[in-house]
Amino acid sequence: MTIEQLIWLVPLLPFLGFVINGLGRNSLSKGLVGIIGSGVILASFIISVVIFFSLQGDTQKAHEVFLFDWISAGTLHIPLSFLVDPLSSIMLLIITGIGFLIHLYSTSYMHDDAGFGKFFSYLNLFVFFMLLLVLGSNYIVMFIGWEGVGLCSYLLIGFWYTNNAYASAAKKAFVMNRIGDLGFLLGVFLIFTTFGSVEFAKVFPQAANGSTDTLVLITILLFIGACGKSAQLPLFTWLPDAMAGPTPVSALIHAATMVTAGIYMIARSSVLFDLAPLTQHIIAIIGAATALVAAIIALTQTDIKKVLAYSTVSQLGYMFLGLGVGAYTGSFFHVLTHAFFKALLFLGAGSVIHAMHHEQDMRHMGGLRKKLPVTFLTMMIGTIAIAGLPPFSGFFSKDEILAHAFQASPILWGVGVLTAFLTAFYMFRMMFLTFSGKYRGTHHEESHVHESPTAMTLPLIILAILAAIGGAINFPHIFGGNEWLAHWLSGAGVAQHELDLSHSTELALMATSVVAAIIALLYAYGRYVKVARVPVADEAPRSALAKLSYHKFYLDEIYDFIITKPLDALSKFFYRIIDNKFIDGIVNGLGWSTNEASKGVRLLQSGNVGFYIFMMVFGIIALLAYTFYYI
Amino acid sequence: MEQLLLLIFLPLVGAIITAFAGKSAKIVSTVFSVTSLVLALVIACNFIPNANTQFEVNLPWIADLGINFHAGIDGISMLVVLLTNLLVPIIILSSYKHEYKNPAAFYGLILFMQCGLLLVFTALDAFLFYIGWEAALIPIYFICAIWGGKDRIRINMKFFVYTIAGSLFMLMGIIYLYLQNPAHNFDIQAFYALNLDSAQQGWIFWAFFIAFAIKMPIFPFHTWQPDTYTAAPAQGTMLLSGIMLKMGIYGVIRWLLPIVPAGVYDWGQVAIILSIIGIVYASLIAFTQKDAKRLVAYSSIAHVGLISAGIFAFNQQGMQGAMVQMLSHGINVVGLFFVLDIIFSRVKTNKIEELGGIAKVAPQLAIAFLIIVLGTVALPGTNGFIGEFLLLMGVYNYGIWAAAIAGLTIIFGAVYMLRMYQNVMLGETNSLTITFTDIKGTEKLVLYTICALIIVLGVYPKPILHLTEASVQHLLEQVNQKLNTVN
Repeated sequence: MTIEQLIWLVPLLPFLGFVINGLGRNSLSKGLVGIIGSGVILASFIISVVIFFSLQGDTQKAHEVFLFDWISAGTLHIPLSFLVDPLSSIMLLIITGIGFLIHLYSTSYMHDDAGFGKFFSYLNLFVFFMLLLVLGSNYIVMFIGWEGVGLCSYLLIGFWYTNNAYASAAKKAFVMNRIGDLGFLLGVFLIFTTFGSVEFAKVFPQAANGSTDTLVLITILLFIGACGKSAQLPLFTWLPDAMAGPTPVSALIHAATMVTAGIYMIARSSVLFDLAPLTQHIIAIIGAATALVAAIIALTQTDIKKVLAYSTVSQLGYMFLGLGVGAYTGSFFHVLTHAFFKALLFLGAGSVIHAMHHEQDMRHMGGLRKKLPVTFLTMMIGTIAIAGLPPFSGFFSKDEILAHAFQASPILWGVGVLTAFLTAFYMFRMMFLTFSGKYRGTHHEESHVHESPTAMTLPLIILAILAAIGGAINFPHIFGGNEWLAHWLSGAGVAQHELDLSHSTELALMATSVVAAIIALLYAYGRYVKVARVPVADEAPRSALAKLSYHKFYLDEIYDFIITKPLDALSKFFYRIIDNKFIDGIVNGLGWSTNEASKGVRLLQSGNVGFYIFMMVFGIIALLAYTFYYI
Repeated sequence: MEQLLLLIFLPLVGAIITAFAGKSAKIVSTVFSVTSLVLALVIACNFIPNANTQFEVNLPWIADLGINFHAGIDGISMLVVLLTNLLVPIIILSSYKHEYKNPAAFYGLILFMQCGLLLVFTALDAFLFYIGWEAALIPIYFICAIWGGKDRIRINMKFFVYTIAGSLFMLMGIIYLYLQNPAHNFDIQAFYALNLDSAQQGWIFWAFFIAFAIKMPIFPFHTWQPDTYTAAPAQGTMLLSGIMLKMGIYGVIRWLLPIVPAGVYDWGQVAIILSIIGIVYASLIAFTQKDAKRLVAYSSIAHVGLISAGIFAFNQQGMQGAMVQMLSHGINVVGLFFVLDIIFSRVKTNKIEELGGIAKVAPQLAIAFLIIVLGTVALPGTNGFIGEFLLLMGVYNYGIWAAAIAGLTIIFGAVYMLRMYQNVMLGETNSLTITFTDIKGTEKLVLYTICALIIVLGVYPKPILHLTEASVQHLLEQVNQKLNTVN
């Protein structure tokens, strides 16, 4: 079987799962729904593995598979076609592989939910759209997936839709994404008018022909799209709210896959971004700022999922920082390792929440290590990985980004290291608050806390192994590695930039960030284990900085004040004053004056014959006068 | 040619028979409208998708005045004919849960209107076009004025006078063209061939544009629309928004652009600016509407604004986008108004704040409603995306800022549509919605048909794009050619 013959099965199987589970959501048994829902993803994963290995043994690295003509108008032709190359093949593995683990986990986590069938059908639909996103051979097919995952995110954030706050969070996610999507669309239009095509295979070879100004504009517009989907400043506020969805959703969509779509898109278009230095600067700055701001917010959060949500935003910021300084492979490497450890952490958090009967506030946890040994151990591995401590995966990917950042600008590097310090602190804070010390709930509650079933712990264990050893896929030269990922991705045309740093500098940089992380770890240990401090209640007084962090820099309030409220006020003004009073007033006024005028004219028709004769004579004289005057 | 006459007059025959059908008017009109749909599909299958006018009829009518019964179908006509004959049976089926007083008149008027619409969409003689234009207006006036809601008489009077006033401008334009025409007839080809200077073209542009702008409606000629849509009976609103406003769009494409290209060249920019203002303005107003029907009415102004902007941008993408979007908008807006009708028939209100939680008790309605909402907000994979994507691209080719502003519809549409969906369907049920029953019978049939169309056209729009492509291409060439000779 060739790649061409197999590839369409990869998205088709999840789609079938969506249809079967969607139609049978009320009639199929939960067991069957779970088997179908997870089974289709497992099958997709197996096919993806086959594709991956056959691509590895293949000299031809890019396979385009044409399905049918989708849209055409004038010179615009958009086929529905797929591109299988090193970049997309590795994304397939991540999406279906981690996707499968999360489906498996969900069979247990969601078991008592009334919407079990619906949940699996949405999850399958999500995987389908995500696969379309990475498989598309042009920007528009990518856009189907791009908006499709946005839809699934909407459906899954608002999964418990009877809660109005959750439904609002879902709407917010969709609208924020849409702001980015407009940028994406405009960027695609500009690509089409500049290069005459939206096909990757036709656009990228011509990239050098575009003027720098055009390329800067194109890439900025695309980056706006990425800001929405990948939750960067100023559009990131939807992601923390997205935690309203069930926890497996947070793991799959809002950590491991969908939110990395922006990075995937930029890595895919690296040829264009490489030619637009101004955009790269902007991306690096926004990425670094997002990483820092989100990390600061994460410091004081008390909801275990919120901590992870802000950490996701912060890690995404890292990836954008990497993209901005030209470390496309490094960023993509971080996408992979982050997918492992963040899926792990979210599922671990889910396991804790499950055990705590839907309690998410860490102030009510504590001392869970003994009760949840597997969850604790696996999450600890994830925490070490995200904190960037060697030899776990996060260390390698993070340091690759930081080294490139240092080369571009020591300030960016400084922000990166500071963020790494904060990351290590808030992550260990989360771990200590949850697992060490004494249980802070009632005794009765404590007796109900128990480790999760195998369907949930097994994915944790597998992900923990991946989070631990995942760094191997791009083991750096400096430690005698061969940077496999960089070689592999160069086959997909992802731009590569060699580091121009001496080995000693590189080692010094690594040492700095590791030391920063260790200090943070010790500080957190001192604060939350030795002294066993617990975050204060919501209403308690805080220092100004803590307040700023705890209230997320008041960004939601600011947006509400400068955007939402004024637009609503404008809406009412337009409706009540402009539309009803002014425009309609003129219309009605015209009607009224016609009416009045006709009343006046009507008086002339008085029936008085003398008046008629007078008017007739007057008319004749006027006519004659006019005629003589002109002759 | 017999096929075309049959197509146009079958609804008229149906209208007359329905008028005498008494209690069985519902069934009789359904049979006629479905037969008309089948006939339209047969014609579409026999239609060769090139630029030629097909199934042409040219019979002398009032010979002294040079008036002929001249009609025919090209790709653009074919599309709107399909739209009309598809939506009329859907609209009639959507009324099955209603027991309107005097059903014979109600259903008879719908079919009578269909005949007028088909005349408009196939006429190749300006006089015939005008007859159809007014013939479509009269039945809808009565439908809204007799079976409408609160304050219907005053509101409909305004609607009627407003549109008639617009039509009179057009009539003046038509008579002027007739007088300029050395052959002294109303034939469209003769009008196309006229050599008018740019001042003349400017005046005629405005005469036609105002008539069409009122019909669509385009900002600031839209103030009759929200009231009329809100006060009309559900089926009246569907007829107005689904089909009738396409008369204005079709008029621009068939009559305005090719007859006065220099007028469009001079004044098209004003039309685009008005259209784009309308998009943002109406979307913003939709943000805070309290009545769901009025919200959809304003959203319709925004959507039509984009279609109009795409047409006046005058390029292949914009024009093809307008074609697809005419069809998509018709389907989606009828779906939206039907959902609101279903809700109204159960809880007697369309006030957004009084609703909520319906998804819990009516999951099937929730799914159908969501699909229609997604089509309306142009999610890729739905029909709305194909149209809006091409339209925005067309506007983009006109100017990047125009596209950036018009593109706000992508964001704003999501805001007001999802706000409405959330407030109506999500959240907890309240005392009003707790007893809400899910859709069944014809409601299911109609909504599932609409949902299927939304997805099928979104995934595979090629037949529609192919249908109109040659005619649109031909139109663009024809206009550009004429423009070059004027300058």
